[in-house]
Amino acid sequence: MTTTYAVLSEGLEKRYGEVHALRGLDLAVPEGTVCGLLGPNGAGKTTAVRILTTLLAPDAGSARIAGHDLVRDPAAVRRRIAVTGQYASVDGDLTGAENLRLFARLLRLPRARADELLEEFGLTGAADRLARTYSGGMRRRLDLAASLLGRPSVLFLDEPTTGLDPRSREAVWDAVRGLSGQGTTVVLTTQYLEEADRLADDIVLVEDGRAAHRGTPAALKALVGHRAEVVLAGTGPLEPAAAVLDRLTGSAPVLDAERRTVGAVTTDPALTLPRLVREIDAAGIHIVDASLRPPTLDEVFLRLTGRKETAA
Amino acid sequence: MNALALEGAALAGRNLRRVRHAPALTVMTMTMPIVFLLFFGYVLGGALAMPGAEYRSFLVPGLLVATAAGGLMTGMFQAAQDTHRGVTDRFRTLPVGRAAVPLGQAAADLLVSAVGMVPLVLVGLAMGWRIEGGALGALGAFGLLLLFRSAATWAGILLGLASESEEAAGQLGSATFMLPLLSNAYIPTEGMPGWLRTVAEWNPVSAVTTAVRALCGNAPVPDGAAWPVAHPVAGSLLWSLGLIAVLAPLAVRRYGRR
Repeated sequence: MTTTYAVLSEGLEKRYGEVHALRGLDLAVPEGTVCGLLGPNGAGKTTAVRILTTLLAPDAGSARIAGHDLVRDPAAVRRRIAVTGQYASVDGDLTGAENLRLFARLLRLPRARADELLEEFGLTGAADRLARTYSGGMRRRLDLAASLLGRPSVLFLDEPTTGLDPRSREAVWDAVRGLSGQGTTVVLTTQYLEEADRLADDIVLVEDGRAAHRGTPAALKALVGHRAEVVLAGTGPLEPAAAVLDRLTGSAPVLDAERRTVGAVTTDPALTLPRLVREIDAAGIHIVDASLRPPTLDEVFLRLTGRKETAA
Repeated sequence: MNALALEGAALAGRNLRRVRHAPALTVMTMTMPIVFLLFFGYVLGGALAMPGAEYRSFLVPGLLVATAAGGLMTGMFQAAQDTHRGVTDRFRTLPVGRAAVPLGQAAADLLVSAVGMVPLVLVGLAMGWRIEGGALGALGAFGLLLLFRSAATWAGILLGLASESEEAAGQLGSATFMLPLLSNAYIPTEGMPGWLRTVAEWNPVSAVTTAVRALCGNAPVPDGAAWPVAHPVAGSLLWSLGLIAVLAPLAVRRYGRR
């Protein structure tokens, strides 16, 4: 069985004067999957989404979205996609219902479809209020509802949960998972590593306008290994524990005098938590906590892109 | 064409709903000319050579045209707001014709401005202004006003779409109230120094104002004026249609630019 790609781009480039926003971005998103474009501000994620959603023409490169050529037939692409994001917004001076009915009319859909989505996104009670009076979470739900009216094949979400409280974020995540379960392809950009981890089937780390790394969240984590950490009791020096971790992991330990922790990254599958505890104990070091955990995507990002500053 | 009409109507409906929900700008643009009429007509008018009643009759057509020129400001505000709040980009990603969004805005604006003329006309009539050119003249004047409004709105839409920010569009939009000051809308151009008179009479506001005055029978076409004022109806038509023919396609192109 061959894989059909909902988004397939090759060598996308975009330049704004001196700034080279994209330097040859290749993407291959299989149909029905969620692809997370992860990267710090200015990495080129938003430019990529603007190009893929026909808002910008690339300077070089090509892309096919749902089988249509992005450069030659943007109108056909527009019939298959929808966008929700920081820059593509609903109208705050219309009510929620008016917004959805307008989009429904423009898409030649019956008015009932708009009411259906209001219901589905829990906005029926607020349907006749102006969208600008909505909370951030409600507004994002309205945005998402507007995107889903036309049942798009590919949904682009540009930082869908930026600025949302945890509960609203969960609601957006649930909606995305539900869509993907129904076969919609989702391309989302995010600065939140947790978000990419929780939603994406594949993650593309975007840095300096290129895909720096790509893979499943698990594969990316395996590439970096696990992180061993111990929390020391008492007030003694951290160095003896650091020596043990150095020997066990073969990588330079990180000491945190404030939290009294010593941590180090390992890719050795033979290092287990009981062994870590035994070795520390054998060295006569007293600890109150020990852990051997998969790295956070933050750590993955720092390791793989060699960036000093955090992504979020 | 059918698609454009359907989409344009839907989007015009959106713009009309916005006016209903946020009427502040519309109400302001409707009341400002009335304030101007009272202020110019009674306060400043006393210092002019023209008798007060005659000046007020002279002034009402000028204010009607100045209000029509306000399409430049409202068109710019609205387009800049949509552009910088992400609404325009949302529409751009929809399978909707590239002309529908600006066309919908222009159509809604025309409708609002036609209704917006009513209060000014009523106050003008109460202050002694009369339409003496008959129904045909009045109809012609109304048509020229709407045509000119449309030209001003398309200019505004183009500038709003191209604006750097909402604030920049706001400042530029507010500055457009200068446009009727440099015309014969408030004072006759005959008293101006030669070069200034030429500039003022080539201002499209002057041609349309002169045409409305002539069609309503308020003031004759002045002698020795520049061509658009000397032939006010033809001048108004050429100015308005010419501006629309150039600016509307530019605005649509700007909207569709990627």
